[in-house]
Amino acid sequence: MSERKNWQEVELGAQLPAATSLGYKTGGWRVLRPIFDPSACTHCMICVTYCPDMAIPVAKSEQGVAGKGGRVYKGVVRLATNLDYCKGCGICAHECPSKAITMMREEEAEQASCKL
Amino acid sequence: MGVRKAITGAQASAEAMRQINPDVVAAYPITPQTPIVEEFAKYVADGVVDTEMVAVESEHSAMSAVVGAETAGARAMSATSSQGLALMWEVVAATPGLRLPIVMSLVNRTISAPINIHCDHSDVMGLTTLGWIQIFSENAQEVYENTLLAIRVAEDNRVQLPAMVNQDGFITSHAVEPVEIFDDASVQRFVGARSLDRALLDVKQVRSVGPLVLPDYLFEFKRAQEEAMSKVFEVYREVGAELGAITGRQYPFFETYQTEDAEAVIVVLNSAAGTTKAAIDIMRAHGKKVGLLKPILFRPFPYAEVREALKNVPVIGVLDRSMAFGACAPLYAELRNALWALDKRPAMQSYIYGLGGRDIMTTEIEGVFEELLSGKLDSEHQRYIGLRG
Amino acid sequence: MPTLQEIAWKTDGPDIRFVSGHRMCSGCGIGAIVKTVLAASDKPVVVVNATGCLEVVTTTYPFTSWNTPWMHLTFENAASVASGIEAAYKALKRSGKITDDVNILAIGGDGGTYDIGFQALSGALERRHKFMYLVYDNEAYMNTGDQRSGATPFGANTTTVPVGKVSFGKPQWRKNLVEIAAAHRIPYVAQTAAHSIMDLYKKAQKGFNADGPAVLAVLQPCTTNWAFDPSLTMQYSKLAVETNFWPLYEVENGVVHINVKPSNRKPIEEFLKGQTRFRHLFKPENAHVIVEMQKMIDDEWARLLKIEESGIQF
Ligand code: SF4
Ligand code: SF4
Repeated sequence: MSERKNWQEVELGAQLPAATSLGYKTGGWRVLRPIFDPSACTHCMICVTYCPDMAIPVAKSEQGVAGKGGRVYKGVVRLATNLDYCKGCGICAHECPSKAITMMREEEAEQASCKL
Repeated sequence: MGVRKAITGAQASAEAMRQINPDVVAAYPITPQTPIVEEFAKYVADGVVDTEMVAVESEHSAMSAVVGAETAGARAMSATSSQGLALMWEVVAATPGLRLPIVMSLVNRTISAPINIHCDHSDVMGLTTLGWIQIFSENAQEVYENTLLAIRVAEDNRVQLPAMVNQDGFITSHAVEPVEIFDDASVQRFVGARSLDRALLDVKQVRSVGPLVLPDYLFEFKRAQEEAMSKVFEVYREVGAELGAITGRQYPFFETYQTEDAEAVIVVLNSAAGTTKAAIDIMRAHGKKVGLLKPILFRPFPYAEVREALKNVPVIGVLDRSMAFGACAPLYAELRNALWALDKRPAMQSYIYGLGGRDIMTTEIEGVFEELLSGKLDSEHQRYIGLRG
Repeated sequence: MPTLQEIAWKTDGPDIRFVSGHRMCSGCGIGAIVKTVLAASDKPVVVVNATGCLEVVTTTYPFTSWNTPWMHLTFENAASVASGIEAAYKALKRSGKITDDVNILAIGGDGGTYDIGFQALSGALERRHKFMYLVYDNEAYMNTGDQRSGATPFGANTTTVPVGKVSFGKPQWRKNLVEIAAAHRIPYVAQTAAHSIMDLYKKAQKGFNADGPAVLAVLQPCTTNWAFDPSLTMQYSKLAVETNFWPLYEVENGVVHINVKPSNRKPIEEFLKGQTRFRHLFKPENAHVIVEMQKMIDDEWARLLKIEESGIQF
């Protein structure tokens, strides 16, 4: 954590501005990493809405993205998992109806990504 | 110029609230505070005030609702007494840390057990360590003016702390006295409106209030809270001068009566100060040099000023309307603290009186003065006034 | 009714009201519940949060995960604080000091709702403040390590009513909060569960739009103290519904409507197995507990069906 404030500097009544926890990265808790296979995804949003850590970002895509069955999925699409915050719970992998997510041990995932 | 009305202390409190016209009042009835709530509810029912009144299901919820309203951005008030204060203790304790300038009337009544609805100060003295500004009132007039004063002191940017305005249950709350009520327009100019700077309902300034603060920071917040408390003195003086421009009165931290040349002084809070003044008049008529110091601002406690005021008094008796069981009575402890730094410390005696609404008579006060003047004192043991056996 | 895409855009898109970086246990469903409920409001939401898991993990100073006005006071009074916020809202609106519309949401765990906050909740409902009360129900005091609450189910092992030589865990059935809330004759009360995002969203929307107080009871399987793999949170939530342990239903203006009727209700063992708090029930000497539990669940379900069928208003 950065320099801590002195008593003369702390906020009145410990009141905080919004959304400061974005500065607290929980990705380090992860033991298993969700590996997302875009080619198997139908962008159904099950994993997004279930993710308790808001770690699966979404975007609106007019031209669409390629997914399961080589189809192009338009509208709200899921992007790559945000590993800064993903805690590796595995809910997304367990609930994905298209089996587009698999959980891999963090060290293996690291090694795999190094090789790439 | 004000209008004189024959009203009770409870009504005086409600009158002040009417003029303050708070956005929200949340309260739960309890003897002897009930007439404040009833009187104010009538103002709401008649459309005399714009207040949103929440008649809650307990004192705990009363204070919780007031904290919610005040955090939301409203000026919110409440009133309670004794067991009610005890029930809301948890939230009362949380309020100063949130730096919410809530003003609450406290009609002093003894704390159970045994259960008893009458006056003593065991309710307020049970929570003077929590960080509320504590103001005491001798009579209905002071209740009225102290309530107006409290709003401004509490809400001042240098302070932002809650304040309690105390009055004696039944003795003050239910006794009719002539009270001078100043005109609505000047009072309302004086009290103004609460700033919305910190309003949770200001959705353009999204904020989180009341987070979990761990050992890395809690200490700093508490030190900041203490700093705010220390600012109360200067703010109280300034705001008092402003109020004085309307009322023609002064708002000192404490009142002294005949202390100039006094050979013995009694220190006592609230209504018993009136009785003490009567006793002083009688004794002065007989050439006895006696006087009174009546603390008004009890938190923060003006140690230096009290010390200065009493530095030449050889004997001081402190009358407490509550006990600290196994320790110095609360007011006595403060006086000992205040006077300890004097080169020539006075002789002191602690007295307990009036628990559970027991009357104290002028003759008993005269007796105390005689005892103080006699020099037969024991500063290590408290004595009891009006106790059998 | 919005699609899941539209909901995802609200929960995790640019107008996100509840952000990452909180310290909930990995796999805790509260995050999904809270973001979905917040997303269901078309106005800014002012939140008051009772002390509990959610409050502790989302606002450890100087971090907060709330991108919407939020406050916490103490444990038992979220509904009373909401009463005060609502009163302030009315007063400040009336006097023109504020102009923005908001919805007010009080959130508590089962401890802060069924137990210590029960009186405050009842008072606020009776006074008909316009706010929604959300209880995330993980069936015990989980923030402090699994102590019994009024929401703990029959037969569960907790640290304050543990299993022992002469104890099979909690010997009492749980409170029915939905029926208690409905008895206040408020416009909307609903029961839903973490996995049922659409149902949750719909019910939260109804609650926010109700003409008076609303109560939303949401089952929140606790990966830490029910002790299952964190990937299974939504599975346990589903099983609770498929076994009729936790029916999805609503009481709208007094009328009961069951949202999901499992065509082939699963035996309660399906829900119990894999949860440490029920492990002891699979010992032969506790077989009677499961039998009794099954009977209670079936009786309750039959009763609920009858109420719905009768059309009698609460
Ligand atoms: S649940 Fe599976 S298919 Fe659906 S959006 Fe997520 S990864 Fe794609
Ligand atoms: S593993 Fe858990 S935290 Fe990570 S993206 Fe999947 S659901 Fe979210």
